[in-house]
Amino acid sequence: MRSTDLGFRVGIGIFAAALLLIVVAIGLSLANDSSQSLQRFGLNFWRTSDWNPVAGEFGALPFIWGTLYSSALALLIATPVSLGIAVFISELCPAFLRTPLIFLTELLAAIPSIVYGLWGIFVLVPAVRVVEASMPDGVRELPFFSGPPFGVGMLAAALILAVMVVPFTSAVAREVLKTVPMTQREAAYALGATRFEAIRAAMFFARTGIIGAVMLGFGRALGETMAVTMVIGNNPQVSLSLFAPQYTMAAVLANEFTEAANALYLSALIEIGLVLFIITLAVNALSRGLIWSMAQS
Amino acid sequence: MMLRKIVSALFVGACAISVVLALVPLAFVLFFVVSQGVQSLNVDFFLHNPRPVGEVGGGMANAIVGTLMLTGLAGGMAVPIGILSGVYLSEYRGSRFASAVRFAADTMNGVPSIVVGVFAYAAVVLPLGHFSTLAGGFALGVMMIPIITRTTEELLLLVPNALREGALALGATRARAVFTVIVPAALPGIITGVVLALARVAGETAPLLFTSFNNAFFSTSLTQPISSITVQVFTYAISPYEDWHRQAWAGALVLVTIVLMCSMAARLAAARVMRVRGQ
Repeated sequence: MRSTDLGFRVGIGIFAAALLLIVVAIGLSLANDSSQSLQRFGLNFWRTSDWNPVAGEFGALPFIWGTLYSSALALLIATPVSLGIAVFISELCPAFLRTPLIFLTELLAAIPSIVYGLWGIFVLVPAVRVVEASMPDGVRELPFFSGPPFGVGMLAAALILAVMVVPFTSAVAREVLKTVPMTQREAAYALGATRFEAIRAAMFFARTGIIGAVMLGFGRALGETMAVTMVIGNNPQVSLSLFAPQYTMAAVLANEFTEAANALYLSALIEIGLVLFIITLAVNALSRGLIWSMAQS
Repeated sequence: MMLRKIVSALFVGACAISVVLALVPLAFVLFFVVSQGVQSLNVDFFLHNPRPVGEVGGGMANAIVGTLMLTGLAGGMAVPIGILSGVYLSEYRGSRFASAVRFAADTMNGVPSIVVGVFAYAAVVLPLGHFSTLAGGFALGVMMIPIITRTTEELLLLVPNALREGALALGATRARAVFTVIVPAALPGIITGVVLALARVAGETAPLLFTSFNNAFFSTSLTQPISSITVQVFTYAISPYEDWHRQAWAGALVLVTIVLMCSMAARLAAARVMRVRGQ
């Protein structure tokens, strides 16, 4: 290797190293700045559900619950829809529709979160309130539908999250389906399979990557902030009810970070950020791993 | 046999319906943003600063300037780092270090924007002692880097290897081959990627809430808090005032217009590249 080439490699390598450095720095700085809360509360922080910073009570269970519950619900809605879109675009639709449909789903991802939130407050939440209020009493007895119809709450958050996750999951699922060799489908058709059966075979072939695509959507939902903050109701409670106003980790950061009046409060919020970082990191790493192993094989 | 055909037809139908299910909210969001936004958008919106509650009118001139400054700072930070690390990933793609960087880029891409905000708070706001434009720009820059890195890498991989070999065969150093032959060949695509990344961070709110914060007044100072369209829309949206809601819709329309124009421009540019390649 010529010395100038080595110099070039090291020179641009420094910039590449900046990326590694930033990821490490994020983890370290969050861990460092949350040490007060970590030492003071330990694991109890995540086991108790009383959040009253003024009284010095910091129980973050409602936030992690709200984050996981809203993301899981969003996934439940978004996964079938995203896979349907991916299959439709990559396997079924006429060629002239493909580019416009891809453009439109990408647009869904491009709309800023704050715009979804604004729309959520003034259009979705009133609509959800009407639906909630019209539930028959028999249904209201169920734990999933108990409580007064506020409009803001878990259901509105899950719906808006689902809309926001769909473009990500469907785009990756589409890419994954593209990597399935044509021979897989041709073999199925040759055996007399219907369209559904051939596509099912292709999806089974691509299952690792498809699970990766769904996980990626989950990671997105976990960290989504503005739209959720604006429609979930921001009430720290652990409830199964879709009608109940709840809270998420990202939302409590968005709402309370600038209000944290003392060091312990701030440290507790940063610990929530740290755990959110670790969870999304794990989910993303797993998802990337699955998608890569699919691309490799 | 009949049953299998029915199942198959139902499946095809369900796939088509899911496309419609995703497009309905898109149409709804765009419809409300445009119809509500157009009613509230006027020249004042671009020329005036926010007015206090009770005074009708006013605009987001300060927030528009703020968003431009924040995205400008973010671009200034992310474009060099992003492009050069993208070059590294494509030039030395086999190395273990490259894999680690690629993984870091994907990881950063998945870090929630609010967490990036917390990081920027710790890295810039705490040392400076107060909220500032710099902190907001830093947060947005961190979000932009992985997007530009990965786009650059992908586009450079599309450049035919013969170009690189030709340059090296003529005795060019690696650096010269990269900067005078390979990067220029991919430049239109890279610029498109940068524009898309700028549009994306211009729409970010969460990383700005406690970095650049907000400012009711016109400011171009790098070390003071600054307003941005997104944070201003958030403030107005959760306020109880009708007039502020109207302003929020107008802000949303401006944001969506920026995003739409950038996506369309990117699409057109991509289509042109494809056509040129096809010839």
